[in-house]
Amino acid sequence: MPQLNPTPEERALLSGSGGPGAALAMRIVSRMAEVTGAERLLPAASAHIDGCLDHGPAGLEFVERLVEGGARVAVPTTLNVGSLDLLHPGLYRGDRATAARARRLMDAYVELGCRPTWTCAPYQLPEARPRLGEHVAWAESNAIVFANSVLGARTDRYGDFIDISAAITARVPDAGLHRDENRRAETVFRLEGVPSRLLDRDVIYPVLGHLIGREARSAVAALVGLPGPVSEDRLKALGAAAASSGGLGLVHVVGVTPEAPTLDAALGGRPPVRELAVTPARLAAARDELNTAPDGPVGAVSVGTPHFSVAEFERLVPLVREHPPHVPFYVSTARAVLSQVDATGWLAELEAAGVRLVVDTCTYVTPILGPVEGPVMTDSAKWAYYAPGNLGVEVVFGSLEECVVSAARGRVWRDPHLWDGA
Amino acid sequence: MPGSGAGAALVLDEPLSFWGGVDPGMGRVIDRRHPQHGERLAGRVLVMPSGRGSSSSSSVLAESVRAGTAPAAILLARADPIVALGAVVAAELYGAAPPVAVLPAEDLARIVTGHRVAVEAAEGAAVVRLGRDTLSPP
Repeated sequence: MPQLNPTPEERALLSGSGGPGAALAMRIVSRMAEVTGAERLLPAASAHIDGCLDHGPAGLEFVERLVEGGARVAVPTTLNVGSLDLLHPGLYRGDRATAARARRLMDAYVELGCRPTWTCAPYQLPEARPRLGEHVAWAESNAIVFANSVLGARTDRYGDFIDISAAITARVPDAGLHRDENRRAETVFRLEGVPSRLLDRDVIYPVLGHLIGREARSAVAALVGLPGPVSEDRLKALGAAAASSGGLGLVHVVGVTPEAPTLDAALGGRPPVRELAVTPARLAAARDELNTAPDGPVGAVSVGTPHFSVAEFERLVPLVREHPPHVPFYVSTARAVLSQVDATGWLAELEAAGVRLVVDTCTYVTPILGPVEGPVMTDSAKWAYYAPGNLGVEVVFGSLEECVVSAARGRVWRDPHLWDGA
Repeated sequence: MPGSGAGAALVLDEPLSFWGGVDPGMGRVIDRRHPQHGERLAGRVLVMPSGRGSSSSSSVLAESVRAGTAPAAILLARADPIVALGAVVAAELYGAAPPVAVLPAEDLARIVTGHRVAVEAAEGAAVVRLGRDTLSPP
């Protein structure tokens, strides 16, 4: 078994030269290097932290130990969503003790020097986007897929604890998706017979992602046959869905993403381990898996998982203008995006129409939705995947337009031509 | 991950994400799409192909250890750093954690839910006992 051979600087951190907090962080990074078989650590250029979402006392005990131990992040570090909307605290419906712990957790990460960005879509912040080939320590499954696939940066599938440990030590194990040989596609998905007008619908991308994740599981995937260019919002929806139904961290979209100019490049010269045809029938079946309830009354709508972009607001505003919601309609986004939306005047218009804006957190990770009469509709495959377990709600999946019109009618509305050809 | 643990096996048909898939308060599978939805994890030897999905799973595993609802041991067909990390941090914070070991798929396939399994993991090696048989790590 390969052994990690620490540099003198890493040894010094382990023995406490940077204080007990940095030593704990270095122990965590070193242990993970051993688990992943890394022989050395690589410098990390930035970090994105998922640990600021409350999962109970253990997460807070860990970060308090870092704070008390005098640790500080050594690289630019963004924060994922917390459990609270700090700008709209009244939205939180959980108990006060949990809220207090969640607040302390968020504050503690800021004390470590992280930026209070509170978004699962750090790639929507221009200054936080890593460069092609840059090694970073990003957590949050959708952010990981986006960084690897769309930006061509290199991050392994980091999670809580290792994310902040990497930020404090500015190091990541030389393993997993940091290495060329692990970035080659193994499972190839080939679009077959899917009409191009269907590929020009936003709704197809989360469904494609759901199918890719379910079939590829943890293997690096390649998707062939998608005409470029593909918008970042569509790639965001695809990646988030794939990282929910599967455990993968990289999806090459051939002809679209930077490491996949050709299928051969995505495969790294090896034959695929598995090939799968993506037919209209398979897509329709994957779409149907995202519903836990039949079409009928709708109790609420939630969009913005991952966080809504400015471009998505641009599409939402005219839809809501035409079809103002009659059931609670939630949009989750980043506070940085919210301030841009505010500057355009859209925010005032959405709020006047009754749309509830959620920032710093997301509706499927924390109690924000009130008692809901009937299923919740969403355009996010990730939300559809996790909300039934997390919130105990039934879910109906549809396009953004279907969500808006359904919220106006209080019943699921289907665009009769949306899936023509499928 | 070093440590030892023993209990009745729970063999999962699909990979499981601890986050969104397990309630650390109850120690049960809450992912409604999972074939083993509703099963109790606490005190059992969890056998699964790999972890899945969210990177928050490390926290949920560490929280399960704190709450006393963690599996007695975790056996995987493929190394899963997210699962291993939850155990590493639980060991830092609470001084103990379920051992996590990787076994060849053909050895894992011999384990059936309800079998008594004992896991003793040391640095870089694990001994897994199924009844009187010893299953070797890769």
